[in-house]
Amino acid sequence: MNRTLSLLRPLIRSRWLSPLLLLALWEAACRLGLIPSHLLAAPSAVLSTLVAMTVSGELPANLAVSFVRAAAGLAIGVTAGVALGLVAGLSRPGEVFVDPLMQIKRTIPVVALAPLFIVWFGIGETPKIALIAFATLFPVYLNLYNGIRSVDTRLIDAARSFGLNQRDLILHVILPGAMPSLLVGLRYALTVAIVMLVIAEQINATAGLGFLINNARDFMRTDIIVVCLMVYALLGLSADLLIRIVEARKLAWRPKLVGA
Amino acid sequence: MSLAVKSLALATPPSAPEPVVRLRNYSRRFDDNLILDSLDLDIAPGEFVALLGHSGSGKTTLLRTLAGLDDVAAQDVTIPSSRAVVFQDARLLPWKRVWKNVVLGLPGRDAHARAETALAEVGLSHRIDAWPLTLSGGEAQRTALARALVRQPQLLLLDEPFAALDALTRLRMHELVLRLWYAHRPAVLIVTHDVDEALALADRALVLDKGRIIAEERITAPRGQRSAGIRELRARLLGHLGVDATAGSYADVVARASAPNYAVAAE
Repeated sequence: MNRTLSLLRPLIRSRWLSPLLLLALWEAACRLGLIPSHLLAAPSAVLSTLVAMTVSGELPANLAVSFVRAAAGLAIGVTAGVALGLVAGLSRPGEVFVDPLMQIKRTIPVVALAPLFIVWFGIGETPKIALIAFATLFPVYLNLYNGIRSVDTRLIDAARSFGLNQRDLILHVILPGAMPSLLVGLRYALTVAIVMLVIAEQINATAGLGFLINNARDFMRTDIIVVCLMVYALLGLSADLLIRIVEARKLAWRPKLVGA
Repeated sequence: MSLAVKSLALATPPSAPEPVVRLRNYSRRFDDNLILDSLDLDIAPGEFVALLGHSGSGKTTLLRTLAGLDDVAAQDVTIPSSRAVVFQDARLLPWKRVWKNVVLGLPGRDAHARAETALAEVGLSHRIDAWPLTLSGGEAQRTALARALVRQPQLLLLDEPFAALDALTRLRMHELVLRLWYAHRPAVLIVTHDVDEALALADRALVLDKGRIIAEERITAPRGQRSAGIRELRARLLGHLGVDATAGSYADVVARASAPNYAVAAE
């Protein structure tokens, strides 16, 4: 009796307990017929669907399509955001010219642009990538611009007193100083990219995770829908992991990470 | 101590070659506030000058001018091309390791070797690859000194460099600064609130008030033999700073000023 208790104790204290309990309840409810499978498939059914879709190649192929969409949109959005952030952050005329446009852009919800993008670009890949690019541009821009502008002027003074020219000042003081903010912006951009991916893929997709979900909805295959939701979640997690790795390398000088 | 012996040979103030710093009738204003009011200032090569003054007396503005950080427009200002500043907050770039901070902005392939030499001189060889945010206050200030010295400046500007350090560290830093000054002989201007710091280090003390130099005292006694005449000088400098002090050591001045019947105690 005591032994069972001592074995259970780590589990009771673990953060896994409540999610596992939820899964168990969900499974039980499905088995007992409390939740019909056309409303929500049982976890075991979801798992076997996941395995089947992976083995058949259906999931990897569609995941690849979605991944390329998100990556292309991000690449364009981040590049444009960095470029505009540099222009606005490093020069006053640049700031006066660029920042008002970006603030106007910010007031328009990107999702609301979808109809316009469809009119302009049709229903192929272009509007989907454009939506992701347009949505990820802003967090990168804003954080880089703010990061550059909030670099400690005392450090800039010190560097100038040692005779650094404008180019070296930007390279050795301003950009490294803005790096933490830029990484915050990137993290936002990755999250936004995945949200926009989900939305963009509702536009008449013929491949990709969104296409799988739409198809599954028509056949009330809740198991497939849940599999796709899990994949979206995994995409988000791996994006976060990626940024953490970059941060650990680029921000190694920060005391918290130094101590770790 | 070896410092005292050395100082005998260097007791005479530098004769009068071209000054490294020369200001004539220099003024500086921000909006309607006159910060510096027609200053004249000469600093000879290798001279150690202390600049005393209250907060807001214009010390920092003068230092910025000497550091070449402010545009002096068409005024009569001469400063040397090689100069370096040590600020009160060390102002190391936190994203560069200590040795890269030391050689910041210096060209050349032997940068690492030069950083090594400079850091050895301030006793920080073991921290050469450390991140600045892991340094103690004293270590950061020694790095800042190494960063200044590696440039072999003709003019070394110290902006209250030890004000934020504890008393014991400050003592070590004073010794270090003097040792480095003997070894490299730059002209030094140290901005400070601390009369005792000025008296220990400098050849000459200036008192700045409302943008004007209101007093100048030469400290002629060689370093290491200053105990004798220092009390009188100390009282005079404190007087210029508006502290009504009688001649004496810090301990006595404070004790007397706080005595209930001050007038009697001061007799």
